[in-house]
Amino acid sequence: MAAHIEIQGGAGETRPPEHPLDAGTRLSFRTKVVLVWTGIFALLGIFFWLAKFDIAWMNRTFKFIITGVWVTVVIAIVSIFFAVVLALLGSLGRLSKNAVAYGVSGFYTSFYRGTPLIVQIFLVYLALPQIGSSLQDRGLIGSTLARYFVLSAVLAGIIALSLNYGAYMTEIFRAGILSVGPDQTEAADALGMSYKQRMRRVVLPQAFKVIIPPTGNEFIAMIKDTALVSLIASSIFWYDIFKRATVAGNHDFKNLEALVVTAGIYWALTAIFTLFQTKLETRVSKGYVRQAGTPSRKPGAKRLEEQSRREDET
Amino acid sequence: MTAIDWKAVVKVEGLHKTFGDLEVLKGIDMEVHKGEVVVIFGRSGSGKSTLLRCINFLEDPTAGTIEVAGIRLQGGHRHRHKREQVRRVRMHAGMVFQDFPLFPHMTTIQNVMEGPITVKKMPEEQARPIARGLLDRVGLADKAEEYPIRLSGGQKQRVAIARALAMEPDVMLFDEPTSALDPELIHEVLAVMKALATDMHMTMMIVTHEMGFAREVANRLCFFHEGVILEEGTPVEVFDNTKFPETRKFLDAVL
Repeated sequence: MAAHIEIQGGAGETRPPEHPLDAGTRLSFRTKVVLVWTGIFALLGIFFWLAKFDIAWMNRTFKFIITGVWVTVVIAIVSIFFAVVLALLGSLGRLSKNAVAYGVSGFYTSFYRGTPLIVQIFLVYLALPQIGSSLQDRGLIGSTLARYFVLSAVLAGIIALSLNYGAYMTEIFRAGILSVGPDQTEAADALGMSYKQRMRRVVLPQAFKVIIPPTGNEFIAMIKDTALVSLIASSIFWYDIFKRATVAGNHDFKNLEALVVTAGIYWALTAIFTLFQTKLETRVSKGYVRQAGTPSRKPGAKRLEEQSRREDET
Repeated sequence: MTAIDWKAVVKVEGLHKTFGDLEVLKGIDMEVHKGEVVVIFGRSGSGKSTLLRCINFLEDPTAGTIEVAGIRLQGGHRHRHKREQVRRVRMHAGMVFQDFPLFPHMTTIQNVMEGPITVKKMPEEQARPIARGLLDRVGLADKAEEYPIRLSGGQKQRVAIARALAMEPDVMLFDEPTSALDPELIHEVLAVMKALATDMHMTMMIVTHEMGFAREVANRLCFFHEGVILEEGTPVEVFDNTKFPETRKFLDAVL
């Protein structure tokens, strides 16, 4: 046996680094950062003042704009749900030995990652009705069915966002599934599990630990990308934050003020969800961290150590 | 030492396995009978692990026939019907791996119940007492609700044995079950395996370098050398009346 290697403070022990500049100064690094932020906000205030920002208008219009927040959140949540479903199917396709599944998912990810989201939104919104009316002209479908090809802006937006994010998240899911080692797959196979049973019971529950944190990132990115949906026509009921800001800004010639309010709202929204995400991440990793008080130099500890190191890298 | 019923549980005929240009198994024929304990030993790379992995089709044989519990399968052919047959073979052949891959997201007892519940569709109320009994048999009844990460290597391997036993296999395949363990933990796993042989009369194929255990428990030893079974016989025949110099050399090196 090789000499036992003492592994001191393994994975998970993260202390903020002692900042070298702290030495010999009275202010802590943290305080300095706070001061920098305060300075930036002060500069922004001066900028607002110079630009003769109509603070009163911003106050008055804030309520009108923020009413759209539920549209933004609903579009983002519904889209991320379908994106997850698509990403799951896409990743299983990418990992499949079946030529049809592999080919279809390959085309899907390549196309949706290779074209701009805004183009995809317009494609879904404009192309489908055209196909519908063309089919109707050729007498292939009735007018009732053709009507289903005309999508509302929000529906088209949700479809496009789901497809786009699903394509990106396919890679996340694929990596997550691959992070579950072949030994787990073999253990499941050796029990006589089918592919479906193995995925559902063994591989996916472990893959989700790797998948959830980046999926949170994608959700936060999606909150911002919902603004693109407002570029296609929509009814006032479905006006999101950005659309409302545009409408109000155009109406009163206060475009800059409206945009600043919008930016602030998006920023606050993403900040809130980032907080949620951080909490979720700590929760997901919990089951895999040995509780304090467990002897660390147990047999096989080296293997565990390697395992957790591998997990850290992903 | 154990009563052997001369019914073959595992029958291997003309087994060949090639990885790329490398021929690992060069024609293996062997039978394992009910209640028999066969220890397979030999240098690494001699093909002993590959044999076990071919028996439950974790590796598809290049050529040859494998029969487990009456299910006969040809190597080298791929079709949909075969996939189902392979699953049936695996249900009859429990496998214990070198690196005890328990499912980390399940507690010990959930690991043991997983096969019966998911694969055999057994209701949980029925599977739980069986799993509890098996954990008791491997001496880990008190660890039922622990997650694998809190177990030692020896404990993990014993849970892995219980997990394989839960499927009520006709044969247990052990692929170097103690090689990844610290020396002081090897005996606890070997003790469980010995009890399987003496108390349950379990049919077992064991790849191991634990020759003391082999002498004590095995009915038959097979020495693998360069992809063939060079020498086989009872422990007395192989240890004390060794026929081949290659076997002698290997035994001298490990004993």
